[in-house]
Amino acid sequence: MLEADRLECVRGDRTLFRGLSFSVAPTQLLHLAGANGSGKTSLLRILCGLLSPVHGEVRWDGQPISSLREEYAARLLYIGHANALKDELTALENLEIGGTLAGRQCTAKAALDALDELGVGRCAHLPVRTLSQGQRRRVSLARLALGAGNENAARLWILDEPFAALDAAAVAHLEHLILRHVTTGGMAVLTTHQPLGIAIVGMFRIELEYEMEPAR
Amino acid sequence: MSPFSCIIRRDLLLAFRRRSDVFNTLVFFIIVVSLFPLGVGPEPNQLRAMAPGVIWVAALLASMLALNRLFATDFADGTLEQMVLAPEPLFLLVIAKVIAHWLVTGLPLVLIAPVLGIQFDMPTDALLVMAASLILGTPVLSLIGAVGAALTLGVRGGGVLVALLVLPLYVPVLVFGAGAVVASGAGLSAQAHLLLIGASLALSLVLSPWATAMALRISLD
Repeated sequence: MLEADRLECVRGDRTLFRGLSFSVAPTQLLHLAGANGSGKTSLLRILCGLLSPVHGEVRWDGQPISSLREEYAARLLYIGHANALKDELTALENLEIGGTLAGRQCTAKAALDALDELGVGRCAHLPVRTLSQGQRRRVSLARLALGAGNENAARLWILDEPFAALDAAAVAHLEHLILRHVTTGGMAVLTTHQPLGIAIVGMFRIELEYEMEPAR
Repeated sequence: MSPFSCIIRRDLLLAFRRRSDVFNTLVFFIIVVSLFPLGVGPEPNQLRAMAPGVIWVAALLASMLALNRLFATDFADGTLEQMVLAPEPLFLLVIAKVIAHWLVTGLPLVLIAPVLGIQFDMPTDALLVMAASLILGTPVLSLIGAVGAALTLGVRGGGVLVALLVLPLYVPVLVFGAGAVVASGAGLSAQAHLLLIGASLALSLVLSPWATAMALRISLD
């Protein structure tokens, strides 16, 4: 279970949010909404442990993530708004490296299946440089399909604007992936400006307000 | 495959596909070293005397030139975030990156330096000592440089800042490295100098990946 306890985030001289608390339990999906600049990405980065909050802490199964580090990282899959792909490498190589780096033994077969699932199997052997923006996003998102159902698969997905640049078919597919993950006991936190086509009991929404108030 | 060897393999593959970057460093080194005999004139004694210094300074500048590429692309495309979030201690991944970086930018300098030394009419003994001092010294340059590169990540005008941060720490390596070659040229033993470079290699191997990992986390914050 992921818990955020009275988080406060300051970027530059602006307080983005203060006293923000929530928890995400297995089979729950948190949809973060809010205007541009309201701190959605900063919140996601705090939840990952990339950014440290000014106050408050993030806990995983009751322990602060700053003390868990690698143990927490093994449970987490983060896809930021950068795709984390290398232009010179092929889609397949990118995915294999991404999977290995995340500590999941990744065979070429498994990577190909994951690419197929996201509909970019045909581009597997093309350098990412030659792919379109939407295809790159799909290759990046293929990490979600990698090793799904495995026991060492990530339990918590943190996705920053996963639907950006995707076409209607890919959006539907990604929603299906997220749904499958959450209903099989996973957790997910995501931001998006599009209306979510997922309707499940465990879904809840937090709206971040854009605050003009300067930091104290 | 472990994440450690995965990073080394990835960076070598990337370097292979972006070969021009690798050649830049090497060509810079060759040009700088080769211009000196042309500029100073063909007086053998003078050339022999200045060879160790020239080659070491050129190696130092060449390896500094390659530094800004160490983390900058990973930072820009988001791979660095994934490395920080990997379930593997970050300093291990940093060591992997530095090893790959050295294989691509440091090792070629070590291999080509003895050939360039011939232009300066260096005796065989001195050439061997120079290769030894470079093979011990260039990894130190990469390790120390990694700290500077990590600290200046995402900073505008980072290139100049890296030079200012890193150069003072490079000086001891330069002094002992060139000193080893000078000593062997003068008929003395180069052992003391080489041992001192070895000691700085051991020290930077322990401290620098740790410091680099800290700096990377700060840069991403």
